Amino acid sequence: MAQIFHRSINLYSKASIVAVVLLGGAAFAGLFAFERSPYITYQGVTKPQPVPFSHQHHVAGLGIDCRYCHTTVETSNYASIPPTKTCMNCHSQIWTNAALLEPVRDSYRSGRSLVWSKLNDLPDYVYFNHSIHINKGVGCNTCHGPVDKMPLMYAASTLQMEWCLDCHRAPEKYLRPRDEVFNMEYKQPANGEPVSFDGKDYTDQKTLGMALVAKYHLRNVTDITSCSTCHR
Amino acid sequence: MAPENTKREDTCPGKKKTLDVQSLDAKALDLAAVREEIASTSGPEYWRSLEELAGSDEFREMMHREFPKGASEWLDSFSRRGFLQTMGASLALAGMTACTRQPLEQIVPYVRQPEDMIPGRPQFYASATTLGGYASPVLVESHMGRPTKIEGNPDHPASLGASDIFAQASLLNMYDPDRSQTPVYLGETRSWKNFVDQIRTRMAGQRAVEGEGFRLLTGPISSPTLANQIQALLKMYPKAKWHQYSPLHRDNVLAGSMLAFGQAVETQYRLEAADVILSLDADFLSPSFPGSARYTHDYAARRNPDAAMNRLYVVESVPSPTGVKAEHRLSLRASEVEGFARSLAASLGLGGNAADSRFLRAVADDFKAHAGSCVVIAGEQQSPEVHALAHAINAHLGNVGKTVVYTDTVLANPVDQTASLRDLTQDLREKKVDVLVILDANPVYDAPADLNFADVVLNSGAGLRLHYGLHQNETAELCQWHVNAAHSLEAWSDGRTYDGSVCIIQPLIAPLYDGKSAHELVAALMGQSTLTGHDILRSYWQGQAKSADFETWWRKTVHDGFVAGTAHPAKAVTPKAGLPPLKAAAAADASTIEVSFRGDPAIYDGSFANNGWMQELPKPMSKMTWDNPAWIGPAYAARKGLKSEDMVTLEIAGRSVQVPVWIQAGHPDNAITVFLGYGRRRVGRVGNGAGFNLYAVRSSDAPWRTTAKITPLAQTYKLASTQGYQTIETATITRPVIREGSLAEYKKKPNFAQEMEETPERNVTLYPNVDYSDPNYNKLGYAWGMTVDLGACVGCNACMIACHSENNIPVVGKPQVVVGRHMHWIRVDAYYQGDRDNPSASFQPVPCMQCENAPCELVCPVGATVHSSEGLNDMVYNRCIGTRYCSNNCPYKVRRFNFLLFQDWETPQFKMMRNPDVSIRSRGVMEKCTYCVQRITVARIDSEREERAIQDGEIQTACQQACPSNAIVFGNINDPQSKVSKLKAQARNYSMLAELNTRPRTTYLAEVRNPNPQLESAEHAVEHG
Repeated sequence: MAQIFHRSINLYSKASIVAVVLLGGAAFAGLFAFERSPYITYQGVTKPQPVPFSHQHHVAGLGIDCRYCHTTVETSNYASIPPTKTCMNCHSQIWTNAALLEPVRDSYRSGRSLVWSKLNDLPDYVYFNHSIHINKGVGCNTCHGPVDKMPLMYAASTLQMEWCLDCHRAPEKYLRPRDEVFNMEYKQPANGEPVSFDGKDYTDQKTLGMALVAKYHLRNVTDITSCSTCHR
Repeated sequence: MAPENTKREDTCPGKKKTLDVQSLDAKALDLAAVREEIASTSGPEYWRSLEELAGSDEFREMMHREFPKGASEWLDSFSRRGFLQTMGASLALAGMTACTRQPLEQIVPYVRQPEDMIPGRPQFYASATTLGGYASPVLVESHMGRPTKIEGNPDHPASLGASDIFAQASLLNMYDPDRSQTPVYLGETRSWKNFVDQIRTRMAGQRAVEGEGFRLLTGPISSPTLANQIQALLKMYPKAKWHQYSPLHRDNVLAGSMLAFGQAVETQYRLEAADVILSLDADFLSPSFPGSARYTHDYAARRNPDAAMNRLYVVESVPSPTGVKAEHRLSLRASEVEGFARSLAASLGLGGNAADSRFLRAVADDFKAHAGSCVVIAGEQQSPEVHALAHAINAHLGNVGKTVVYTDTVLANPVDQTASLRDLTQDLREKKVDVLVILDANPVYDAPADLNFADVVLNSGAGLRLHYGLHQNETAELCQWHVNAAHSLEAWSDGRTYDGSVCIIQPLIAPLYDGKSAHELVAALMGQSTLTGHDILRSYWQGQAKSADFETWWRKTVHDGFVAGTAHPAKAVTPKAGLPPLKAAAAADASTIEVSFRGDPAIYDGSFANNGWMQELPKPMSKMTWDNPAWIGPAYAARKGLKSEDMVTLEIAGRSVQVPVWIQAGHPDNAITVFLGYGRRRVGRVGNGAGFNLYAVRSSDAPWRTTAKITPLAQTYKLASTQGYQTIETATITRPVIREGSLAEYKKKPNFAQEMEETPERNVTLYPNVDYSDPNYNKLGYAWGMTVDLGACVGCNACMIACHSENNIPVVGKPQVVVGRHMHWIRVDAYYQGDRDNPSASFQPVPCMQCENAPCELVCPVGATVHSSEGLNDMVYNRCIGTRYCSNNCPYKVRRFNFLLFQDWETPQFKMMRNPDVSIRSRGVMEKCTYCVQRITVARIDSEREERAIQDGEIQTACQQACPSNAIVFGNINDPQSKVSKLKAQARNYSMLAELNTRPRTTYLAEVRNPNPQLESAEHAVEHG
C-alpha cells in the first residue's frame, strides 16, 4: 500500500507540535500580561469625576495634610471621602464663584451628595483596614503613589493580591517611622540620606525595616499571610 | 458502608425530572416494624430521630452520605440541550473568572457628616422589640444608618445582653420587601393626608354621638404612652369601646390571678433563688414566655455541678425544651395536669384528696424540704384553676417574696381577650359599629372560628373599617382603609418588659415606606394628625419625669434604652383561703383524643410567617421547618398505624381541618398537639400557603384544649424536618457525641465524660504539629477556642438566628431543606434517650469545631480552606470552586454548600440589611462558621492600634452574645486565665469524636443532672399522677 502522506509532511507535523506549544505559551503569556494590564487593574487610569479635584494643588501647593479631608484614616477601615461641608470650609471663602466648583456648591445647597468614582477599588471579598496600616508605619504614598504630583487622581497600584502579598511577606521592605507616614516627601534611607528613628540613623531600608518591625510589634509573616487577615 | 445506590439516571442532568418533593420521599417509616426492630436489635443509646432508633436501612444510608439523598443530585427540570449550552459556556469561562474587570463603583459621601459617625465602624443604639405586648430591651447595630443586627441590652436586667429569636428576627421583618408600602382605600393607593382628611369627617360624626359607634381593637399593649393616648381617646369618645385580642393571649393567667387574689397581678419568678422548680405545663425556657431571657439565665446559672444545683420537675402535655431540661419529666395529657396540681396541693397539706404516685410523692417531699426556695410555675395554656393552685402552693410553702414576686401587671389594661373579642363580634353583629379601627391585630385570620369574624365584619355595615399593620393581610382585605405601619425599628415608642420597667423604643432608620406609628394613628383619630411619634412620646414623658432637667434626663433615658426606676415594686397579695372549686369534667375521658393548641415556636401566632429566617429555623423539638404538622405520641401512632407525614382529618366541634401528623417522642398518648400561625393567605411571598391553618378549628370557649376526632386519610404530605440530617457516625454506646451524668456520678468521678474517649497522642499524626503558643508562629499568642455547656443549653435557637443575621446566611426554601441543602452554620441537635413515650433528651449546638488537625483542609484542591496562625479553620469563599471534598471529609458535618444561588442579590431591602463585614457567598461556594472572624479581626486591630492585648470577653461570637444561658463561651485558650481556658480545664470538658484526633477547638461540657434519688431507679418510667 502506498504511503498516504508524503515524507515532507513529517516536517509540518513536527512544526505543528512546536507551534502548538509556542502558541499556547504565547496565549498564556498574553493572558498573564492582560490580567495585569491597566485595562483590568485601572492602574494609572483616571476616571470621570464631578469636580476635577487636584491633589497636586491641595497637597503640594497648599500643604494641606491628608487627614484634613480623610479624617478616619487612623481610626477606621475607611479613610473616608470628605463630606461636601469639608470642601465648603474653604470654598465658602475662596473661589466662591468658580464655575468648576458649582457641583460642590450645588451639593451643599441642595443636600444631595457629590458622587465620586471609586479609584482604589478592592474586590468586595477583600477587607482592607487603613487604620492598622497607618499604625504600623505604612506611608500613604507607599500604596497611593505620588498623590502630591497628581493633578487628577488615579490608582497608583494594581491592588492585586500579589501586590498585597509583596509587602505582607516582607513588610520590612516598605515600613517607615510613624511620624513620616503622612510625609509625601519621605524617601527610603540611602547612604547619603539617612533616616533617623528611635535616636539612631539608618542608611539602608533593610535594617530600618527590621527595627520598625520589632518596634511596632508587627505580626509574623505566618500571621499576616493567613487568609482571614483579609478574607472573611 | 451502605451500598452506593445512586443510579445513573439520578445524576444525569439531561434526564428530565422536576424537583418534586413528594417523589423524594424516602421509604416511609413503618412504626410497627420499628417496634419489632427495637425489640430485636439494640439501637444506639442516644438517638435523634425514630428512624435512627430503629436503625432502618434508609437511615443508615443517609448517615453515610455527605448530604441527604437528593442534595447533591440535579433534580430540576433541565433539558439536555440547555445543559450542554450552559456547560459549554461554563467551560469557556472557567479559566477567565479571575480576569473579570472590576465594575466602576461610586462613592457617595455625606454633605454634612453627623458628628459621631465614623464610616466603617458600627454604632449601637438602645431600643426594644415587643412580643405579645411584652418588651425586650435590645441594642441595635447600625452601619451608616442601616440597622444590621439586634443584640440584647446588657444594662437591662431583663436581658443581661442576651436576646431571643423573636427580637433577632424582627430585623428581617423590617426589611421584608412584602411589607405594606402605602395607605390603601378600597384597593387603591392613597396618601396619608388623604386618609387624615377622610377620617376627620368620620370621626367628627362619631364625636357628635360621643363615639357610640366607634370601636378600637388592638393587641395587648404595655406602652404607657399608647395606653395614655387611648385613655384620652376614650375620654373624647366616651361611648366608644376598646377591645384587645391576640390569639396567644394570657387569659388563663389573668383569670388564675383573679381567682387567687381577686385582682390582676403579674407573677415574676426569681429562679436564681429556686432550688426546686416545678413546671405545670409551663415552657418558661422558651422565648415566647415573657421574661424567658432572664429566666433562662437564672436557671442556667444554677446548673453548675460544682455549686449548688437546682432541680427541675416538669409535668407537661406537649414536649418542650423545658421538659428536655427536666431532671424528671411527667408526660400527662393537658386535662390531667390540674388533677396533678390538686394532688400536689393536697399532699402538701392544702386540703383535698391526693392521688398517690411516686412522682407526686417525690415532688411533694422535695418541696417540703425546700420550702421557701422552691417554685411552681403554671403554663399559659393551663386552666385558671391550675394557676390558682400554683399561687396557693407557692404561698403555702413561703415562696412568695423569695422565688415568686407579685407586681402590678405589665400590660396596661389586662382584659379577658377572648371575651373582649366576643363582645366586639356581638356589637358588629347587632350593627352597632360605624367606625372599626383595628390596630396591629389580625382577627380575620386568627380569631376563634366560632366567632365567624370574617363574615361578621363583612356584614356589619360598619361605614369605616380601618386596618393598621405591617402587611396588607387577611384583615386588611376586609377593611376599606388600610394604613401601613412603621416597624418598631422605624418609629418612637415605649413598652414594658416582664418586670414592668419601661424601655424606650428608638427608631434606627426613617420609615422605609413612610409608615406611621400607632401613636401617630391614634393621634390622627383625635384630630392631632400633625403630631409626630417623637412629640407624643416626649410630651408624655415630660409629664412623668421626676427630674427638673428634663432634657438631660431624656437624653440619658434614650441612651440607656430604659427609664430607670420604673420596674414594678413587689406587691403584697395573699391568695384567698381554700382551693379553687373543682369544675365538672375537668379531666377528659381517657379514651377520647385530646387536642392542645400552641403558638408556633418559630413563627409565633403567624406574625413571623413572612420571615424566612423563622420559617427555616428548625423548631426545638421536631427540627421541623416551614410547616406545622400535628404532633401525636409514638404509642398512639403505633396503635392507629399512623406514620409521620400521614394526612389526617382533625374534627373539632363540627369543624374540620386536614393536617399531616408528626410522631413526637415524649408526646402523651390519646392526645394531639396542633400549632397555630401557619396556613396564611395574605402575608407575603414567604409565608403564603406554608403549613396549615389551625385557627379554623379553634373555638373561643376552648382556646387551648378540647377533644377531637382523628380520621386518617390515605394521603401523605412531605415535611421538611432536619432532625435526621447531619447525623454523626460514632460508636454511640461507648463514645456518644453527647455525654451526661448524674450529680452523684459526677461527684464520684468528675471526669466521666473524658473517660469515654481515647485521644491519640499529640505527635501520632501526619498533620503538621503546630505549637500555637510559639511566638515565632503566632506572634500575639491568641489561640481561639470555644466551649459549649450542654448543661446550660436550653435549645432556644437564639444562636441560630443570631448567626443567620451576623453572617448573611441565605434562606433556601422548603424544597431545598427537604433535600438537605439548608445553610445554618450552627445547628442545635436534639438527642433523645430511652423510652420513646417519655425519653430524656439533650440539646447540642454544633458550630464548626475549628479542628487543629482539620480533615477538610487536606482535601481541598485549591487551598480554599486553610489554617490561620491563630488556629482558625479559614474559609476563603473567593477561592472555592465547589468540589465539596471538604464537606465530604468533615466528620462533624458542619459545612454548608450553596448548591444554587440561594442568596438574594437583587432585592434592595436585603442589600441594606446585610452585615457589611462578611462576604456575600454565591452559588457553588462552600461556607461555614469561622468563629465570627470579622469580630476577631476588628478587636485585634483595635487592640494592636492601642498597643494592648485583647481582653478576655472583648470578643463575643454572635451565638455567644445571643445565648441567654451563657452556654457558649469563646476566648483565647493560650491564656490560662481566660474564662474559656478555665472551662476547658474542668473535668466535664470533652471533645466530640476525640478519637479521630482532629483536636477540635470547640469542646463541650458534659451535662450533669441533679435527679431526685427517690425517683432515680425508675427515672424514665411513665407515671400517671
